[in-house]
Amino acid sequence: MLNVDSLTDGIVIDHITAGKGMEIYRYLHLDQYDGSVAIIKNARSSKMGKKDIIKIESAENINFDVLGFIDPNVTVSVIHDGKLVRKFRMDPPDRLVNIVRCKNPRCITSVEPGIDQVFVLTDRSSNTYRCAYCEQKYRSKE
Amino acid sequence: MKHLIDPLDLSVGEIDELIAVAQDIEQNPEKYAHLCEGKKLATLFYEPSTRTRLSFEAAMMNLGGKVLGFASADTSSAAKGESIADTIRVVSCFADICAMRHPKEGAPQVAAQFSGIPVINAGDGGHQHPTQTLTDLLTIRMLKGRLDHLTVGLCGDLKFGRTVHSQIKALSRYQGMRFVLISPEELRIPSYIREEVLHARGIPFQEVERMEPVLPKLDILYMTRVQRERFFNEEDYIRLKDTYILDKHKMQYARPDTYILHPLPRVNEISTEVDSDPRAAYFRQVQYGVYIRMALILKLLNIHAE
Repeated sequence: MLNVDSLTDGIVIDHITAGKGMEIYRYLHLDQYDGSVAIIKNARSSKMGKKDIIKIESAENINFDVLGFIDPNVTVSVIHDGKLVRKFRMDPPDRLVNIVRCKNPRCITSVEPGIDQVFVLTDRSSNTYRCAYCEQKYRSKE
Repeated sequence: MKHLIDPLDLSVGEIDELIAVAQDIEQNPEKYAHLCEGKKLATLFYEPSTRTRLSFEAAMMNLGGKVLGFASADTSSAAKGESIADTIRVVSCFADICAMRHPKEGAPQVAAQFSGIPVINAGDGGHQHPTQTLTDLLTIRMLKGRLDHLTVGLCGDLKFGRTVHSQIKALSRYQGMRFVLISPEELRIPSYIREEVLHARGIPFQEVERMEPVLPKLDILYMTRVQRERFFNEEDYIRLKDTYILDKHKMQYARPDTYILHPLPRVNEISTEVDSDPRAAYFRQVQYGVYIRMALILKLLNIHAE
């Protein structure tokens, strides 16, 4: 079993579907983050079999809204002075602005300069997002 | 400021108001003949569409207003690479309202974000064509006297036909609607219309391949063209192409009060021998299109008849 030091101050993103850890790392722009970040892949989980975990030291100025879009099952634990202060799940956000790009070549966002890429949550039960301009469904595996 | 980008931007109540004004325009055109004097409509057509552009221009002229604009991207600043955002900012200085047709989906919405004047989506690629939807709703209301408790048949290319998708969404907001979806297997409605509109709202519908058996059930038959290039193979096209051509023989199965609509242009999907049938309503539909665009222009400019 791999050991990673526990956090004194920071955020633990747990119960990430195995394999999605790096995706979350990219969406949160953690490659540009100055503090310590640990990604644990394929950790053993009694509920999920295996899961990914991300630990972020301090975790200031990180927008976690996107977590509810990428993987609504994840839990976020806030650690302060070595103690768990808060634990919560992220609801899928109603709008995603400049998080993902529309892949529809017929969409105006493919040619118009300087406009935001906006996706809107159209069906909460299936976590379906559609482009606010052309209504194309977002598919992460395209 | 109000724009019309998606047919569902308007509530059922607002659509009812537009229909009431359009009906009054038909009855009392002189009452509306000068309401837009001094106002200008810009028609920004980045791709040719003679019918829709002329309908908008006729609508504004009937209201006493003037029109300006361009009829293709080649003759506009788009040819020089100007963005939609810049074009609409400039046009906002010239006109009071604009109608935009653009090959890219969502272009009128971008325009609306940067516009100082109301923007009407006059068709954005294969996405939306709200004034066609409003035209269809007015036509059905004029012909049947109501927009609820109707069985509407939609025939032809239901997969790629944007008018069909908009119409299902718009009609689904009324009580007691039923749909009969007539198409080849390959051209059935997209799953999101089936799931997010029909199933989600509990609206009864059936999907069939042939129109004759279902014609007696219909209050309205909305025809669209089945294009050869939509088929996966030539054999299927040859096997099915006549199935989706409405002719005098098939009209025998329709009730005397079943009306035939078509967004036009027609190619061969409605035989010309049907044109003289009193149930053929597609040319009246064009006239209603002018009335509803007049009502829409007035609404967006916030002008009311006395």
